[in-house]
Amino acid sequence: MSTPLALGVIAGAILSGTSLLYATLGETIVERAGIVNLGLEGILLIGASTGFAVTAASGSAYLGVAAAAAAGGIANLIFGWLVVMRRANQLASGLAMMFFGIGVSALVGRPFVGAVISGLPKWRPPWLAALAWVKSTTLFNYDFLIWIAVPVAVLVWWLLFETRWGLGVRAVGESSAAAFASGRNPAVVQFQALFAGGLLGGLAGAHLSLSLTLTWAEGMTAGRGFIAIALVIFSKWHPLRAIAGALVFGGAEALQLQLQARGADISPFLLDMLPYVLTILVLLAWGGSRRHAAPAGLGRTFYGTE
Amino acid sequence: MSNTPGSPLIEARQIDKRYGSVQANDKVDFTLQSGEVHALLGENGAGKSTLLKILYGFTRPDSGSIVINGKPTELRSPRDARRLGIGMVFQNFMLIPALSVSENVALFLADLPAVVRRGQVAKRLRPFAERFGLSVDPSALVRQLSVGDLQKVEILKLLLAEARVLILDEPTKVLAPHEVEALFRVFEALKTEGYAILFITHKLREVIACADRITVMRQGRVAGELTRGDADGETLVAMMFGTQVTDSPSGRTAQPPAKRVGTQGLLELRSACTRPSANTTGLRDINLVIEEKEIVGVAGVSGNGQKELGDLILGLQPLSSGRKLLFGDDASRWTIGHIRESGVAFVPEDPLVMAAVPGMSVRENLVLGTGRQYWKGAAVDWHRVEADMAGSFQKLDFPIPRLDPPIGALSGGNLQRVVIAREMAKDPRLIVALYPTRGLDVHSAASVRSLLRRARDAGGGVLLISEDLEELSEMSDRLLVMYGGAVVGEFAHGAWQMGAVGHLMTGSREVPGAG
Amino acid sequence: MPADAKRRVLSRFPNITSFLRYAAICVVALGVFAVVLLAAGKEPLKAYADTFHYTLANAYGFSELVVRMIPLLLTAVAVALPSRLGLINVGGEGQLYMGAWLASAGALLLPGLPVWVLLPLVTVLGFAGGAAWAAIPGLLRANKLVNETISTLLLNYVAPLIVSFFIFGPWRSAESSAYPQSAAFPDAARLPSFFNTRIHAGLFLALAALIFYWVLMDRTRWGVQMRAIGGNPEAALRLGIPVGAYVVIALAIGGGIAGLAGMGEVSGIHGRLRQGLSPGYGFTGFLISWLAGGRPLGIVLMSFLFAIITSAGDILQITQGLPYAVVNILLALLLFIVLGRNTARRTRRVHRDGSAG
Repeated sequence: MSTPLALGVIAGAILSGTSLLYATLGETIVERAGIVNLGLEGILLIGASTGFAVTAASGSAYLGVAAAAAAGGIANLIFGWLVVMRRANQLASGLAMMFFGIGVSALVGRPFVGAVISGLPKWRPPWLAALAWVKSTTLFNYDFLIWIAVPVAVLVWWLLFETRWGLGVRAVGESSAAAFASGRNPAVVQFQALFAGGLLGGLAGAHLSLSLTLTWAEGMTAGRGFIAIALVIFSKWHPLRAIAGALVFGGAEALQLQLQARGADISPFLLDMLPYVLTILVLLAWGGSRRHAAPAGLGRTFYGTE
Repeated sequence: MSNTPGSPLIEARQIDKRYGSVQANDKVDFTLQSGEVHALLGENGAGKSTLLKILYGFTRPDSGSIVINGKPTELRSPRDARRLGIGMVFQNFMLIPALSVSENVALFLADLPAVVRRGQVAKRLRPFAERFGLSVDPSALVRQLSVGDLQKVEILKLLLAEARVLILDEPTKVLAPHEVEALFRVFEALKTEGYAILFITHKLREVIACADRITVMRQGRVAGELTRGDADGETLVAMMFGTQVTDSPSGRTAQPPAKRVGTQGLLELRSACTRPSANTTGLRDINLVIEEKEIVGVAGVSGNGQKELGDLILGLQPLSSGRKLLFGDDASRWTIGHIRESGVAFVPEDPLVMAAVPGMSVRENLVLGTGRQYWKGAAVDWHRVEADMAGSFQKLDFPIPRLDPPIGALSGGNLQRVVIAREMAKDPRLIVALYPTRGLDVHSAASVRSLLRRARDAGGGVLLISEDLEELSEMSDRLLVMYGGAVVGEFAHGAWQMGAVGHLMTGSREVPGAG
Repeated sequence: MPADAKRRVLSRFPNITSFLRYAAICVVALGVFAVVLLAAGKEPLKAYADTFHYTLANAYGFSELVVRMIPLLLTAVAVALPSRLGLINVGGEGQLYMGAWLASAGALLLPGLPVWVLLPLVTVLGFAGGAAWAAIPGLLRANKLVNETISTLLLNYVAPLIVSFFIFGPWRSAESSAYPQSAAFPDAARLPSFFNTRIHAGLFLALAALIFYWVLMDRTRWGVQMRAIGGNPEAALRLGIPVGAYVVIALAIGGGIAGLAGMGEVSGIHGRLRQGLSPGYGFTGFLISWLAGGRPLGIVLMSFLFAIITSAGDILQITQGLPYAVVNILLALLLFIVLGRNTARRTRRVHRDGSAG
């Protein structure tokens, strides 16, 4: 692979992988608490549309980001009402959330279609900007969401694995009976996890509309929510591995664009298949060990038994 | 909690507890002193678990009182018990397999800081671990630990929560012998520091080895209380099973399991072994023959391989080594359906779990498991099903139930009758009965027994797995005893005594009178 | 009426209770729609009138309802059949696309065949494509490798990419057009349509699938065994039922039926293979099957309801300037309400109920 192509792919991977990473981190927290949200796609759309709308109306992209995060959090709380309070079927509820997200985002974004916004400002450290090979690419010229993406991943890891709260979340996801015996309220913990996950999902959507494309269009997330769900499994529910996963999956998309731009003959569709095929192969390869990696509480949903 | 050795920590006086028609605890008096290891001994159903539940605050007694440290106390919930320093280790551990030891312990710490420092947790564990022989690697994942180590973690959790009384429910049930020894050393260490240990068991040898005081329960009452010096196998068995055991049993007692090579029975297992797994006991070197016109009883405490033996015969469990012959043919690899079609029937304890589909009608349940018999093209020949099944009911002298309602609506006895009628309809040559009368009322149980006898008389063979020693004694032509996945004793009819059987069931290696 | 007597009366007519339930769902839908319309500043009564006028009161409108129902019926059965064994098939989208793909292969690669050979062949290929696609997760589940919820979900996204690959590549039509698509199918591969409407013979396939599903589950010996697996897998295993084989077969048949939906779209509606064949029929089918409790009559009613709601969306977009997105919100709210009520009872019925009807 030639250097400009490689750089192009890496740069592209970082750009498109960022929203994937946020979405994956959010879903990881939620699944660690024992819940699957198939409607992640809807959360992303809500984030993207809300962020765009608020930015267009207020002129501040930062405000848009905050609104997107809040909207995502609230949407996940609605999901939480269904699956935690009403004990509804998680898969059906997730799909309902997907419809909800598609509809709400379309309504919210409708008045702002075609609006021109100045998105999130980008910043590049001056000592890097001086380098010639960097100047010609998008590398290191990022908005704040990209800059803090990896630190956020580390933060999520730290929260889940080094704090009392995270221990409770993981306990609830593995065995709500044991968590309950330890004096915790599994429902409360799950709501907390859902809210945190929703915040991150909102951020993921915001990055798409406020940085990557600077537009809003119905359905613009184009399946990223489902890729993120696959990514959670692929990275074995671990926030740090999700970084690598997001880069790989984002890179596939970037590679496709780069090859197309160069008139290469490899079909972009084959590359787009990569995330899903990879995830299935990885699931097969792990076999038993993957079953260990998944939070035990997810089994109920995935195996369809009460 | 007082630390004076010998002072009563817990006293239970005249405890009564009734569940429906069963008097689980009947005027039970019990004391636990500090600095002692106290064993609660008895058969299944003797009332031990109920007493434990009451002592830990899970249930309230119907009448009677509990005195803790001299003060009459009411335990409204386990939280009250925990606050008073009473801790319990359950049979199914409240541990999370995917988390490490220190994380599991941290989860249950009341004073865990917001940022978990696993090093700190490990440090807090160390003094307890060293003092009492409870060393476990704090960073190991719980699912990698042996059962013995899991128990250590559970005990550590209690110690860190400042319990002074430790109650353990059948702690040695799943332990290997060396793990049992390690556990008893832990008990010794704890007792010298003034802790009180109470544990349930049915294994005599252990009790004699480590208990300072023993309370034997039988049918809800305290059958006796002994101190270490006074306890020996005979006395304890007599108390547990309520039989008079003579000191010198006659020569016709247990024989070592005989290898009957060359006899062609209905079923033959030769050196059959199965692999153990997370929730099944592995079978070790089973040699067994069931011939026509005999009922072979299998005695043993639940969990020692009886269910696995039944599953092996039925084809649910594959052999890891050895051979299985059914009706003379090598059936080691037959499918479950093939085995059933060859004439093997299954009468389980809880048909709704193992032999019937709750949501389906009685009629549909009757046709399940009948193989290809009633197929008519793409459909089922319901007329023939109903006719044949009606015949089966009549032959068994059972009332014919209505066929339309869902089978889940039937009472326990009626449900069992439907399953039996279905199984017997094809005139099976071998019947595997797994606790067939458990949970049934007296009348239904009696009718199940009589039909098994009739099947035997008609030429069939029956493997009767049961925990009811009276039932086994009444029904079996031959009696096997299982312990730890192996057959440890075999008796011909009339040649056994409850004492000997009790010893074998409870793991005594020697058989009285056999040298 | 005292509660006891009411229960006794209702239990004699189990069909009435389920019918009442569906009726209740429809009433709730109407109510929620009214609320949403009001929130959007429109008049509910006028909206109802417009919808009625352009769908039920109008021959062509009614035919469009039926056209919409065809793929919904098929994808719903595709979910319902495996669900009776306790299997979760969220892969209807992918199975639909693979059915469309394989059917297109037949239509495009064997153009010379006469209609009475080609059309049945294309139909069979449509079924086969979906069936094979669903058999993969079936095998994975039967061998306890990967559970089918994840595998069917992931394969959903691979299938449309395979279709796109062929449309942009080997099967790309020579005609210049706004977007890439395959060449048009020969007439011999087209499902005929009726009465000057877009209703195509796929309707018969859908009805056949429904009847097949009902007969299979409730009237055949295989159905008894499959429902036993769904009702009590351990008992089914102990009774000698070959559970693993049935898992693969049930998923394959379900996938095949979804494949017929794909075949119907390319052969009946579009006449060629193109992108975007399904606006989420697979997921909608899952929800329809779930709402209907897996029952055939319920599937018909719920498909009809979904067809009306989505039609209303299109109609009101034109007559009242209502954004189509409102339909999605309406569906979501309807689902929230249904999901939020008596959920324990409902899910138990869907998952454990092996009984007929």
